[in-house]
Amino acid sequence: MNLFKLWNFHGGVHLDGQKQESGRAPLAVARLPERLIFPLQQRNGEDSKPVVAPGDRVLKGQAIACDDNPVIPPIHASSSGVVRAIEQLPLPHPSGLSGLCIAIETDGEDVATAFSGNPGYRQCSPAELRRNIHEAGIVGLGGAAFPTSIKMAAGTSRKVDTLILNGAECEPYITCDDSLLTHYSEEVLEGAKILLHSLQAERCLLAVEDDMPDALTALEKAMNCGDFETVQLVRVPAVYPTGGEKQLIKVLTGREVPARGIPADIGIVCQNVGTAAAVYNAVVRGTPLISRIVTVTGRGVKRPQNLLARIGTPLSDLVRQCGGYTSEAERLVLGGPMMGFDVPTDDLPLTKSVNCILVAGRNELIGEKQPLPCIRCGACADACPVNLLPQQLYWYGRSDQIERAVDYKLFDCIECGCCDYVCPSHIPLVQYFRAAKGKAIAKRREREKSEHARLRFESRQARKEQEKRDREESAKRKKLTLGASKAPEIVEAIERAKLRRAEKAGQASRNSDPTAKKQPEPSGPSAVKSPDAGAAEPGSAERTSVPEAKSPKID
Amino acid sequence: MHFPTAQAPYLAPINSVSRIMLTVQVALIPGLAALVWQFGSGVLVQCLIALVAAALGEAAMLSLRRRPAVPALKDYSAALTAILLAVSLPPLAPWWLTAFGTLFAIIIGKHLYGGLGYNPFNPAMVGYAVLLISFPQHMTAWLPPRELSGAALGFADAWTAIFSRTLPSELTFDALAMATPLDTLKTQLGLDRSLDEIQTGALFSGIGSRGWQWVNFGFLLGGLWLLKRGLIAWQIPVGFLSALFAMALIFFLIEPAVYPTPLFHCFSGATMLGAFFIATDPVTASTTPRGRLIYGASIGLLVFVIRSWGGYPDGVAFAVLLLNLAAPTIDHYTRPRVYGYPK
Ligand code: SF4
Ligand code: SF4
Repeated sequence: MNLFKLWNFHGGVHLDGQKQESGRAPLAVARLPERLIFPLQQRNGEDSKPVVAPGDRVLKGQAIACDDNPVIPPIHASSSGVVRAIEQLPLPHPSGLSGLCIAIETDGEDVATAFSGNPGYRQCSPAELRRNIHEAGIVGLGGAAFPTSIKMAAGTSRKVDTLILNGAECEPYITCDDSLLTHYSEEVLEGAKILLHSLQAERCLLAVEDDMPDALTALEKAMNCGDFETVQLVRVPAVYPTGGEKQLIKVLTGREVPARGIPADIGIVCQNVGTAAAVYNAVVRGTPLISRIVTVTGRGVKRPQNLLARIGTPLSDLVRQCGGYTSEAERLVLGGPMMGFDVPTDDLPLTKSVNCILVAGRNELIGEKQPLPCIRCGACADACPVNLLPQQLYWYGRSDQIERAVDYKLFDCIECGCCDYVCPSHIPLVQYFRAAKGKAIAKRREREKSEHARLRFESRQARKEQEKRDREESAKRKKLTLGASKAPEIVEAIERAKLRRAEKAGQASRNSDPTAKKQPEPSGPSAVKSPDAGAAEPGSAERTSVPEAKSPKID
Repeated sequence: MHFPTAQAPYLAPINSVSRIMLTVQVALIPGLAALVWQFGSGVLVQCLIALVAAALGEAAMLSLRRRPAVPALKDYSAALTAILLAVSLPPLAPWWLTAFGTLFAIIIGKHLYGGLGYNPFNPAMVGYAVLLISFPQHMTAWLPPRELSGAALGFADAWTAIFSRTLPSELTFDALAMATPLDTLKTQLGLDRSLDEIQTGALFSGIGSRGWQWVNFGFLLGGLWLLKRGLIAWQIPVGFLSALFAMALIFFLIEPAVYPTPLFHCFSGATMLGAFFIATDPVTASTTPRGRLIYGASIGLLVFVIRSWGGYPDGVAFAVLLLNLAAPTIDHYTRPRVYGYPK
């Protein structure tokens, strides 16, 4: 295990772990709350659809929201009770928005639907296993909540040789994976085998940070008892952000996920250790994802510890079970202090993606910073795990040169916060990068829209020219056949008429110029459609000549 | 419960501009001490004058620009500029020269470009260059090192000398003034004397020259400490010194009668001060790792060129200013390879 060759990624920072408080306390099982809340939105994107109605009785493990879209896994009730309402409630989301939620009043009986596991999963095809995983509502438990079945499906079109289980909890304060590995090492290891089978991959690397001695001991013990030849335990240095997917892949394999690519492109699939345990529970025991381990910590909470809690439990309930708030409780963060986000209230439910509830005491965390100008010291660039030049991104982002920022790989920023942390000028760099990304996306949309309009215009133009050529061809042919019989005066009259028409068209185009300038850029579908509609009926030369004259303006 | 919110990350930053600037000033102490030991306390008086001028200049410019003065004064960047300029000046230069140079550095070199972080040129070197061009006699009138004069002026004597141009009775400015070793070398080589002859002079001894080698050792020491603290990028001093050393070595091997040893170059004039404290000024240096190496090496190269064939005895100030101009371009062409992009 210690002979395993590790690689380095650029940058990174050493952070004070702050893990003792929550890590030392034993894992407790959270009480059954009176109310459970399930937001229909699990990630940014579409809501899943409720399949229960207010007044319905539901059992523990029963699906209460589903969707045909494979990217949206179902949601299950985490205890028995009655659906009280499906209503707008605040979401645990950085935006602080509300969303539709299913609220269940528990009945205290905790009656479960019948679960049927499948210990003989080796007979199942990878596709069947993936369906199993999807139906159990499993998403990545490391914080991103990406649907696990989708991640596993990436292996179908690519050759995956390595499964990485991420137990490198690099953010300060968080110890839920440590706790999981200590108490449920067998589930994690068995889960790894299921994932390997479903990926048809050969080896699994289980990465654990070297400051997690209990987890390491438990894992080694479990590995000695069972048959886990395909799983290799690797200790990785506790440097932030080793637990980032791309960084961990680099550390373990020396490979880099190509820009805009996914790990499967280089033969790797990466899953959180909690996800592996959830997969084991789903496949072998038949239990859907209805609970998770969450760290409740910080100086603002009386008894920091890890809780095995039901998804949907209000955060206030969880804090109460940890002795409640101390008098200095000041801030509430979901996730870690580097990549987590502040929420304004504890009246929010625990979701599948929340790995830590950090209640900060007085001056434990900072708020708004008082920045000085950038002194171009380059400390940020030295710390950036992606090897960006944050000082340049900041410079371009601030002076609204978004294109330049994108050219300097703005979109490869993983928002890890290392640059922020080391910046002596206390510039909130990540905040700037988020804003710059938003602006860049808005600009791109705008460009795509006008590009779209341009393409449609060009194809219409080409079509019209073709029509014109066709018309001229046929006219020529007619003239050839008629030419012999036509009197010269008639030919002359036709020529005169043509000339007049051309003059008129020229005038029309001149007249139309000022109006063309005033016309707004084609911005919506209607604006794109209108010239097209005109072209749909092949009009006379006069009619088409007007938009033709406008063409340079639209371009 | 309700809580205030802000944006991540929430961990307090580990460093601050004022801490960096102060640490760099602490790192200047060994070099400063060597200067005092060898050339008397004049340099301390110059530091005081420069500090006062810098503070006044900074405060005046900030109030003109309608910015609060206290936070900017507390970042100690103006103080660092003042001290860097003061240690580069002849110890007994008249007070107005120091004050003028410092004010020029702060007002023109820094604030007219937009203040901290926006100045393309190293302000201390802007001040130095202006003084060198405008007042060449004053700027070349250095003192003999203690090893030659036997004693150095104390603080009170230096003070009166600088402010009222009077010296203790047994001394005169003319007798006291002495060219620096680099200057001497340049003039004498111009008179067609051979290097061997020149170096029999009292100023030259050891690896560099009397007095100056200790000053360079002092700045080297402070610079190494800064490197160890991770406050300056190693690429700049390493690039600077190795380029200077390599150039000097090549020419020394070709024609030892005209070109002094590489060690002489490294321990004379402003070499160590330049390599560790001037060229490393973050605002005006290159910021990419490879860029810094190129930037440092180019300065080292230019220093050798100016010293050997240029019109000035030392070349650090002009080499730094020239490369300041090139830094943005160097940065542009030395962007590091971002994770996930082809090698
Ligand atoms: S760390 Fe801060 S001050 Fe230094 S270069 Fe980066 S953004 Fe500028
Ligand atoms: S937040 Fe972005 S720019 Fe800053 S260190 Fe992380 S990846 Fe680099």
